[in-house]
Amino acid sequence: MTVQVLRGGTIVDQAGERRGDVAIDDGVIIEVAESIEPPLGSEVFDASDAYVLPGLVDLHTHVREPGREEAETIETAARGAALGGYTAIVAMASTTPTMDSPSIVRDVLAIAEGAPCEVVPSAALTVGRNGELLTPMGELAAMGVRIFSDAGRGVQDPALMWRIMEYATGLEAITGGQPIVLAQHCEVEALSAAGHMHEGEWSNRLGMAGQPIEAETLMMMRDITLARRTGARLHFQHISCAESVELVRQAKAEGLQITAEATPHHLTLTHAECASYDPVFKVNPPLRSDDDVAALRAGLADGTIDAIATCHAPHEPHTKEFPFDQAPPGMLGLESAVAVALTELDLPITSIAGLLSWQPAAIAGIDDRHGRPIAAGEPANVCVIDPNETWTVRGTEMASRSHNSPWEGRELRGRVRHTILQGEFVVTQGEATR
Amino acid sequence: MKDLLTIDQLGADGINEIMKAADSFAEVCQRPVPKVPALRGRTVASMFFEDSTRTRTSFETAARRLSADTLNFSAASSSVNKGESLRDTVETIEAMGVDAIIVRHRSSGAPQQIAKWASASVINAGDGWHAHPTQALLDVYTIRQEGRSFEGLRIAIVGDIRHSRVARSNIEAFSALGAEVTVVAPPTLLPPHVDALGAKVSHDIDAVLAETDVLYLLRMQRERMDQALVPSLGEYHRAFGLTPNRASRLADNALIMHPGPMNRGVEISPEVTDDPRVRVLNQVTNGVIVRMAVLYLVLSSAAAERSAS
Repeated sequence: MTVQVLRGGTIVDQAGERRGDVAIDDGVIIEVAESIEPPLGSEVFDASDAYVLPGLVDLHTHVREPGREEAETIETAARGAALGGYTAIVAMASTTPTMDSPSIVRDVLAIAEGAPCEVVPSAALTVGRNGELLTPMGELAAMGVRIFSDAGRGVQDPALMWRIMEYATGLEAITGGQPIVLAQHCEVEALSAAGHMHEGEWSNRLGMAGQPIEAETLMMMRDITLARRTGARLHFQHISCAESVELVRQAKAEGLQITAEATPHHLTLTHAECASYDPVFKVNPPLRSDDDVAALRAGLADGTIDAIATCHAPHEPHTKEFPFDQAPPGMLGLESAVAVALTELDLPITSIAGLLSWQPAAIAGIDDRHGRPIAAGEPANVCVIDPNETWTVRGTEMASRSHNSPWEGRELRGRVRHTILQGEFVVTQGEATR
Repeated sequence: MKDLLTIDQLGADGINEIMKAADSFAEVCQRPVPKVPALRGRTVASMFFEDSTRTRTSFETAARRLSADTLNFSAASSSVNKGESLRDTVETIEAMGVDAIIVRHRSSGAPQQIAKWASASVINAGDGWHAHPTQALLDVYTIRQEGRSFEGLRIAIVGDIRHSRVARSNIEAFSALGAEVTVVAPPTLLPPHVDALGAKVSHDIDAVLAETDVLYLLRMQRERMDQALVPSLGEYHRAFGLTPNRASRLADNALIMHPGPMNRGVEISPEVTDDPRVRVLNQVTNGVIVRMAVLYLVLSSAAAERSAS
């Protein structure tokens, strides 16, 4: 194969930040050095003034296929992901039919074959995400599924959650010791189901039924208590409030095997956005207060929060043209996540890269091939990001079939220049090439 | 003012401008033929996504007294139930050629969304728990009609504040004009973060009666019992209802108001509804007058903006 050389970039990985050229051949990084003289016949790609990172990994993508292909397909989600610098996305089980059986997981893998980003299927915790019966977790684990989540719904019944946790701890015999990660959407529906936005001064002013923070924290407290008892490996999805960050901080201090993610939107936007009544700002969990945003950012900075995950949730445009309380919750995230992080978060690039790449890769159990160091012999899953290029978010210009970006019209800093999946340039100079 | 969506957008000056216009339309309503050609040739559509015969009739009466053509789109029983988006419904109505749309919707914020999509003027006739600006304006007009100044006027709003668009708009209007507003309700019927309302809070109607110039009672909805917000209508009546005993402790020149329809025996005892201090029917009469003023101001300013551009 032709050798490809990324020239003039700044490498960012677990070892830190340094100047370096990267040579790739046949899907593998073959050389990393301060300066590489491109061999005859090689292709050279410009990485000057840009970061060269391990490809990003999203723990939380609603791909919508099968079932709602008018909103998104696996292909369009994967293309958007590649444009956003991702080389792997974990597909949520919120499909129709639900990804709750080996046959549907196989279908998803078959559809995802050849996509411009690796699509890693998760599977539901309960059949149909109905919170009643366990999915065949053992068979699914044997197929390679490592993350289980009822995506968009929390398991309401504490007895069932307890059984799930117990059962999951026994599956390491199948996985060869790799942990089964139970990813929970923490929401006590009895407290939140009637609500449409954060319960706070804005919901009061806007006359909207609210979703109190207790809907999230009560389920977290329950699951932490059950994790203490069972030893299950828990991951809290899209935590949204200050109290949740503190719960994770304490659980980690106690030594429990618990991780947590936060979304770009919960890290940057607040419930004040809902004053427009534009359902593009409706999301679950809801956008919360300034104090919550500050606490989430502190949680990123001190390592309490392990990953930035998008909760990419496409919805066709007309569904967001209903009244706020009737519109579905969810926002696009894949194509803007790294730019939002670079624009809004005051964190060193190594932290941002960890939160978007190797930390989520480890949680997803794909750290044998994603989120690897930029070093000779490693698989060439890489992205090149220009941290200074600015661009304006336009939903209609995105690869997604849907346009529901909460950053519509905003200027962001940081643009993905190249994305390399197993040695192939799937994004070149900002354009999708697969 | 292309649209009237909330009281907040008006401020004291905007409220007073509407009051001034209402005074002149009050005179029109006294005439043997209570009709002026102010809006002849203009079409006013009422889109009620939630039934409300009283409010719709009041708006349509106001529109007809201004000689506007009226069109009634009863959305509660139409295509909206067939999964049509709000935007599609609005664009359909607008395509028929209307100058103003009067919107009632059970979803908070729907009129604001419609105003964004429609080039016609939008008047909010009540949205969810959010706002009911013309109710607040007719209430201001009713209090003003008594020759009372709002500066320092003590107004107590009693009842289900949490779920009330009337409470939210009236607090905004009364406060903007300088009144001291107290909301009176059990904690379960107050919104979380009640401070954001900008009113004083009490859980004890008996403690506020003697210092109240205007007692404003809200309608208590039966469905609140199912949500365990109050144990029973009987307990609510005993704790917060305007009984003859409580009425006797109100000042002689106090006013008793209610947006209607009244639940006799719940927020007000049947024998108190005939008390001379009750202004409920004045509120209804003034509703037409104030809505004439709103329609006139909104449509004449929209026309002025059009000819300017």
